[in-house]
Amino acid sequence: MRNDIAYTKEMFEKAPQELRDSEKIKRPSIKYWADVWRRLKQNKLAMTGLVLLIILTIMSIIGTQISGYKYYEQNLKKINVKPNKEYWFGTDELGRDLFSRTWLGTRYSLIIGILAALIDFGIGVLYGGIAGMASPKVDSIMMRIAEVIYSIPYMLVVVLLSVVFSEAGAGTSMFVLILAMTITGWVPMANLVRGQVLQLKESEYSLASESIGASKGWILRKHIMPNTLGPILVNLTLTIPVAIFSEATLGFLGLGLQPPKPSLGTLANDGLAVMPIGLFYQILIPAVLISILMFSFNVLGDGLRDALDPRLRKQKEVEKWRSC
Amino acid sequence: MSKYVIKRLAMAIVTLWVIITITFILMHSVPGDPFANENKRIPEAVYQNLLKKYGLDKPYSQQYLMYLKNIARGDFGESMKSNTETVNEMIARGFPVSASLGLQALLIALIFGPALGAIAALYQNKFPDYISMIISIIGVSVPSFVMGTFLIQFVARKVNWIPIGGWGEWRHTLLPSIALAMMPLAQMARLMRSSMLEVIGQDYIKTAKSKGISKSAVILKHSVRNAILPIVSILGTTISNLLVGSFVIEKIFGIPGLGMFFTTSIYNRDYTLIMGITVFYAIILILMLLFVDVAYTLIDPRIRLTEEGR
Repeated sequence: MRNDIAYTKEMFEKAPQELRDSEKIKRPSIKYWADVWRRLKQNKLAMTGLVLLIILTIMSIIGTQISGYKYYEQNLKKINVKPNKEYWFGTDELGRDLFSRTWLGTRYSLIIGILAALIDFGIGVLYGGIAGMASPKVDSIMMRIAEVIYSIPYMLVVVLLSVVFSEAGAGTSMFVLILAMTITGWVPMANLVRGQVLQLKESEYSLASESIGASKGWILRKHIMPNTLGPILVNLTLTIPVAIFSEATLGFLGLGLQPPKPSLGTLANDGLAVMPIGLFYQILIPAVLISILMFSFNVLGDGLRDALDPRLRKQKEVEKWRSC
Repeated sequence: MSKYVIKRLAMAIVTLWVIITITFILMHSVPGDPFANENKRIPEAVYQNLLKKYGLDKPYSQQYLMYLKNIARGDFGESMKSNTETVNEMIARGFPVSASLGLQALLIALIFGPALGAIAALYQNKFPDYISMIISIIGVSVPSFVMGTFLIQFVARKVNWIPIGGWGEWRHTLLPSIALAMMPLAQMARLMRSSMLEVIGQDYIKTAKSKGISKSAVILKHSVRNAILPIVSILGTTISNLLVGSFVIEKIFGIPGLGMFFTTSIYNRDYTLIMGITVFYAIILILMLLFVDVAYTLIDPRIRLTEEGR
């Protein structure tokens, strides 16, 4: 023990202000979603997709009003006119303006895709959430049912249902298409949500909450739901192109919306009919639009996944560190 | 292991039964019957005979049991619109065509998809990576019918020896199988790239490198072999997608396959044919899924262990 040091006042001095502030967090902390958005903004491909989507959405809303022709207006004197100053996208076999029809078709394709994805999302979250929170016995029964539904080939069911419903009613309506697509389409979402819930239920922070007496509902609301939101959002974004694709395929097989209402799939189907006589533009435009829609949703979904997944982020940082 | 296979087989049978039942209910819930719809002028006696011929005069429960029994024997009944062929004969005529087209597309996807993904991963963030990612983004975004029509317009119309449509020789299969293969190819490339990146970062790769094994051996024996597992796991879905894609592709290229029969049966509202083809496809698909899953557990011992550990 060294007790022989004499402490004098000179030995002590006030710490300078900077030193005292060094423990403070200087910049405002970034909220989770702001952080995700910041990372998403750096992803050029995803931003391209987002911008394209915004443009297409706006065009699908106002595009039908621009050319001055109604989508059902026939002009038999001007059939199969190639794109020109008067008809920007040309006209079809019945002399209808394809500009108006294309954007209306885009609107229907978007609505069908988004609605179908949202319904899948709703059912999937509910079903998966209940299965994840329920007792293992109930969970295993629910998942067996989902498994059987999932192994029924999706497209066969969609085709079959649209045939039957369109026979029963007055043709294929938007409602029928969406119903046919969602009747088995919700299973992947349910699987995802269940997996997430099961994983998060066992996480340390849920356990910590439980140990200090939090109720099941509170844990669900405060810990599980916010943390599953990311993967669910990614899945939602990636379900939309699948729905748009299914709708387009159905339209192409002749099971699309009832004429004169267009969707991108039925427009492409009409275009295929006149392709042998050299009118390629009629299939080109809807085909390109479907591809742009699918591209945009796909890259946006991928970008969101990269922005949300901390594991991937870590991997990238490790790479950066290695390359230094 | 055998317990797992038996469990899966039981699930497959349940699924099939569900599909058959749903198809049956759906097809019989359509208002009116197939003969009353269009042939309003046929005499009452003929109409009754027609109903009798297809067993439509019996109560639903009896029809259902008969249908189940027939399918169990592999008999899909008679087409309601074609007088010359039964559903079985149509399947026998159309399926080999669709199957060979699908197999060819699957082969193209399996050869080029993983290779593209592996190259992308090995040259991460370099030129080959960008090229293969562009190809796979296009492949994922462009539906097969768009791909098909574009191939017709820009390849078949320009190159003489490639036909626009039809079936028979090898050159007929070229464009349709490419159009069909693009989407699975792109999916496999993306999957392979991410799984390859994950594997490359593993310790056993470092160990292999440090032992002085040649670079090609590290890539082929250690990286690719482990990275290819996820590809095997999506094969079932891929086959299912190829099948749906073939409906559309066969329509565009005028190929007389099962997909073509299916689309025409939809147009004709030929219920027995729709039902027959749906159930047939379901059987094929479920068997494929079963086969792929079992093969996957054989290839990857880790899955087998967790299954048995339960």
